[in-house]
Amino acid sequence: MSTALFTLRQWIGVLAALIVVGVGLPVLNLVAPEGSLLHVPDFYVSLIGKILCYAICALAIDLIWGYAGILSLGHGLFFALGGYGMGMYLMRQIGREGQYRSDLPDFMVFLNWKAFPWHWAWSDSFIAQMLLVVGVPGLLAFVFGYFAFRSRIKGVYFSIITQALTFAAMLLFFRNETGFGGNNGFTDFKRILGIPITTPQMRVALAVISGLTLIGLFVMARAIVASKFGRVLQAIRDAESRVMFTGYDPIAYKLAIWTLSAVMCALAGALYVPQVGIINPGEMSPAASIEMAIWAAVGGRGTLVGPIVGAFFVNGAKSFFTAAFPEFWLYFLGAMFIAVTLFLPNGLIGLLRKKTP
Amino acid sequence: MTPELMEEGTRRREAYARRQAEIAARSGDRSAAYGRVLRAGVPDFAHGVALYLDDVTVSFDGFKALNALSLAIDVGELRCIIGPNGAGKTTMMDCITGKTRPDTGKLSFGSNIDLLRLAEADIAQIGIGRKFQKPTVYERLSVFENLELALAADRRVRASLFSRLTGEQLDRIGAVLTRIHLKDEAQRTAGLLSHGQKQWLEIGMLLMQNPKLLLLDEPVAGMTDEETERTAELFLSLQGEHSLVVVEHDMKFVGQLTEGHRKVTVLHEGRVLAEGTLDEVQANQQVVEVYLGR
Repeated sequence: MSTALFTLRQWIGVLAALIVVGVGLPVLNLVAPEGSLLHVPDFYVSLIGKILCYAICALAIDLIWGYAGILSLGHGLFFALGGYGMGMYLMRQIGREGQYRSDLPDFMVFLNWKAFPWHWAWSDSFIAQMLLVVGVPGLLAFVFGYFAFRSRIKGVYFSIITQALTFAAMLLFFRNETGFGGNNGFTDFKRILGIPITTPQMRVALAVISGLTLIGLFVMARAIVASKFGRVLQAIRDAESRVMFTGYDPIAYKLAIWTLSAVMCALAGALYVPQVGIINPGEMSPAASIEMAIWAAVGGRGTLVGPIVGAFFVNGAKSFFTAAFPEFWLYFLGAMFIAVTLFLPNGLIGLLRKKTP
Repeated sequence: MTPELMEEGTRRREAYARRQAEIAARSGDRSAAYGRVLRAGVPDFAHGVALYLDDVTVSFDGFKALNALSLAIDVGELRCIIGPNGAGKTTMMDCITGKTRPDTGKLSFGSNIDLLRLAEADIAQIGIGRKFQKPTVYERLSVFENLELALAADRRVRASLFSRLTGEQLDRIGAVLTRIHLKDEAQRTAGLLSHGQKQWLEIGMLLMQNPKLLLLDEPVAGMTDEETERTAELFLSLQGEHSLVVVEHDMKFVGQLTEGHRKVTVLHEGRVLAEGTLDEVQANQQVVEVYLGR
């Protein structure tokens, strides 16, 4: 079939590459002795762990943008909500080791609060909080998507509304009264599931879990786009009115993939926070969401692998440039985006692919 | 139980089955005594009319695109609708398919389905297929996949996640591919087809849905003469099986479709100006004025 994504060999190659990067490299940090050629420095383990989370976001963006033609400029919101969900649990794990030796997190003591607000009720249970990590962004995406798609908001209008949504949420989270630590957010995490969070072992474990999650979601995404469901999504992208007059209800299809994509981003956020040790409303800034779309565009939309490559390429470059020439990073990002738009409409992955007739 | 009793039982059972078969053969699957069963979502064509438009008015900012339009299409009929630009042909199709809601009037499919109560997707599901003016196919899917998506099947999300094509469905796709002359292009990306081929593909997608009524908006626009002729042949082979409404400007094509005896409807300013065979209509003084006058 013309839209078959990869041959078996490519498929094995991609999975192998993901396993090497997502599992192999972090584990080498522990296994290979320091000074050996195979030793991966700590810094790179955290960097890879972070980028693996970004890659999950790029994959989520590709499912809705590349396949269903819906450009979201607000996925940072779902990422941040997932992150905050995890952050709340991590704050409770600090226990009485905070600055004020109180049961309450430091920022609550600072605001002179005496008890946890209602939305912190489940925060001491890991399982309940993980359900919230998935459930809250999922529900928000579902409700928002339902009204947006039912009103037939499309294209750039939809993008602008998603952007406005994440911006509004950022302003809300900046407020101390919201109960999420205001502009400082959450930080100073000590433990996860009772295990110290800053040890090298935990760092590697978190990176590996991120890698495995990425691999799992990638396999799932591939199954989705290869199914008839995936072809209906592409049909919606190419000619939505025809899909409607063929008897499909595009709202249900768009809503399903939109919600799934938001949940994927939330998972990425929840994996990201313990690795970087901080979550604040900055993650909801419009720029953060736009960057996600850039990863997908640079890598190549509608290919699944492309956005993952794009996330690694852009963030790898960012890590290098912000260290080597900090003042030029944004120029470089802009130039890269323009170059890709002009010369590589199919993204980096388009370079590898032969032109299909 | 004695053998005689068993034989008697067999005889009675056979007699009963024969009687039932006779009843079924006599009057379709209904018997006069019980009346007709109307099932929700299944149009009833017993009166021989597939589509009724009754007194339909649509206005956009005071401009009446349709002005008390009434029209009836028979089951299995091939009806051509002509009319100058702005006559309301496309608005009429929009109303039938649920894209535009009329201000007043009734629209029914068969004698029992009120089209005004249904959404676009539902209207498509009960058997009204529409071809747009501009060919709309899924450009980046293959011809085969385009047809696969149009296949009459469960349209819900969960069903589509796990759907597999059966042999019967493959045969059906194959049959339609042959009918629209795209058998050799099955694996090509639809975006790479010629304009005429795209038009055919779209018609093929409509056929996959097994519609009872086909609405075709300028189906031969941009086709070569040869393609136009083959399209006319295709439509003629469809009439009887499906009801067809063809909106067209190309009089030569309309002539081919009507073969001198089928009815042509002329729309003008949102209402029916004339109805009759192509010759009658072309001889009509009012029609000549509308097309050539001004």
